[in-house]
Amino acid sequence: MNVLAIDTSNQALGVAILNNDKVIGEIVTNIAKNHSVRLMPAIDQLMKEVSLTADQLDKIVVAKGPGSYTGVRIGLATAKTFAWALDIPIVGVSSLEVLAYQGRFFDGLICPFFDARRGLVFTGGYQWKNQKLELVFEEKNVAMEDVLSKLAEEKKNVLFLSPDIALHRENIKEVLGDLAHIPEGPYHVARPSLLGLAGVNRQADNTHALTPNYLRLAEAEANWLKAQEDKK
Amino acid sequence: MDKDTIILGIETSCDETAVAVVRNGTEILSNVVASQIESHKRFGGVVPEIASRHHVEQMTVVLEEAVQASNQTWEDIDAIAVTEGPGLVGALLVGVNSAKALAFAKQKPLVGVHHIAGHIYANRLEKEFTFPLLALIVSGGHTELVLMREHGMFEVIGETRDDAAGEAYDKVARMLNLPYPGGPHIDRLAHEGAASIDFPRAWLEEGSYDFSFSGLKSAVINKIHNAKQRAETLKNEDIAASFQASVVEVLTEKTLRAAREYQVKQVIVAGGVAANKGLRKELETKFADTGIPLLVPPIKLCTDNAAMIAAAGTIAFKQGRRSGLDLNANPSLLLK
Ligand SMILES: [Zn+2]
Repeated sequence: MNVLAIDTSNQALGVAILNNDKVIGEIVTNIAKNHSVRLMPAIDQLMKEVSLTADQLDKIVVAKGPGSYTGVRIGLATAKTFAWALDIPIVGVSSLEVLAYQGRFFDGLICPFFDARRGLVFTGGYQWKNQKLELVFEEKNVAMEDVLSKLAEEKKNVLFLSPDIALHRENIKEVLGDLAHIPEGPYHVARPSLLGLAGVNRQADNTHALTPNYLRLAEAEANWLKAQEDKK
Repeated sequence: MDKDTIILGIETSCDETAVAVVRNGTEILSNVVASQIESHKRFGGVVPEIASRHHVEQMTVVLEEAVQASNQTWEDIDAIAVTEGPGLVGALLVGVNSAKALAFAKQKPLVGVHHIAGHIYANRLEKEFTFPLLALIVSGGHTELVLMREHGMFEVIGETRDDAAGEAYDKVARMLNLPYPGGPHIDRLAHEGAASIDFPRAWLEEGSYDFSFSGLKSAVINKIHNAKQRAETLKNEDIAASFQASVVEVLTEKTLRAAREYQVKQVIVAGGVAANKGLRKELETKFADTGIPLLVPPIKLCTDNAAMIAAAGTIAFKQGRRSGLDLNANPSLLLK
């Protein structure tokens, strides 16, 4: 089974092709450049490199966020149209879960996160148990401060994985001290091959119904809902 | 006989997710539009982030419906045309990236289309072009006069320097507490009132085909404000009629002058505001004794749709224009 994995949900652009759980090829760049311009050429290049044509693909796996709203939509629009046009299954995987895959051998809690500005982060809690990644804290858009105080109460080892680690490193160290584990640079950039691995054996989503994992309402919608509440 | 050219068009520049299949740039095989207007109504206007979210939810659904309704197979479809701009960038991005994925998956050529070229070519789905022709495009985002001497060549001879006509309509509608979108409500009220208030007409410099509606908008605000302070009552119907009279007179007069100067053989009206009855009637009256045919497409083709993108894309495709897999959304794309 040939799987194409696509991740444009955050700054890194990642494309991978797997044959079942074997990686055939992978392209990752971690630069602030336009995903819309670069995604299709990257897919085209990788497909040529591994001598595959579009009709030989059997499954699409896409990182569905959280992350940049625009980035997530570029990935989903591309992946969903691919799946529909080729009539093959699609699987959406949380972008936080992809990061948590990079803590495969960590014995403890994994806290992947993306900075969401104004002190907020998109985050969730994951843990590897019996070779399986489990979600232990629901994914949310929350204040990093609250996340850290909650983790401090747990008194457990925590692995932090995030492309935005630099923004929060000091704060994490200050609150959690030696319980906080922060690896070197490459572990913080999502690998599309791991995205492919996360999705390869998962039950397919409905192509039409698959939507981004924004974790946050659009501002106008949030304000509108609040106004409706206030009226009551 | 030449082989048919069948183009699939995609349009997502604002709040409509649209896909259509068109034969030879003149015949609609399918034309599906998923409007988001109900969702945006509660905000009193289009919210870009919400529009982008809806597009990503609707895209493959609309694609499927349009392809099925066209009764064409993928072998029949020659190319994918997509609106690359102008418009809301986040909204455009969904269409552009879907189009690229589709072109790649089905191994079809990709053609980027200018949204306004689409509006003009909507007319070719009704009647063949005769050049030179003049197009007046009026919508929520545009007020332009475009001269065409041949297929695929566009000269913008006049454009708005501030608000688009449709924008002015929406703003005045808001002042009169009319629901969104306000254009049709103003048009309706205008027919019940009298153009008794003398609002300014922005003619700009001698010979200019440009437009300006911000002065008119301010004049309407001031008038309402002053009346309130003096406890005078102004009838909304009269405000609407007077405002509309100003917009329509400027649009009609400039179109007429340009049509004469460039000795055009056809005048085309396009864009959402082309549905305005007041504007249609005045244009029809003014052009009746000029001998220049005036074309206004049915409302369904005036508002945003993808059949117009496929129609414009047909010409671009036949002229050998192709877009690469690096095609991007361009919110301020120029018409050339
Ligand atoms: Zn339009």
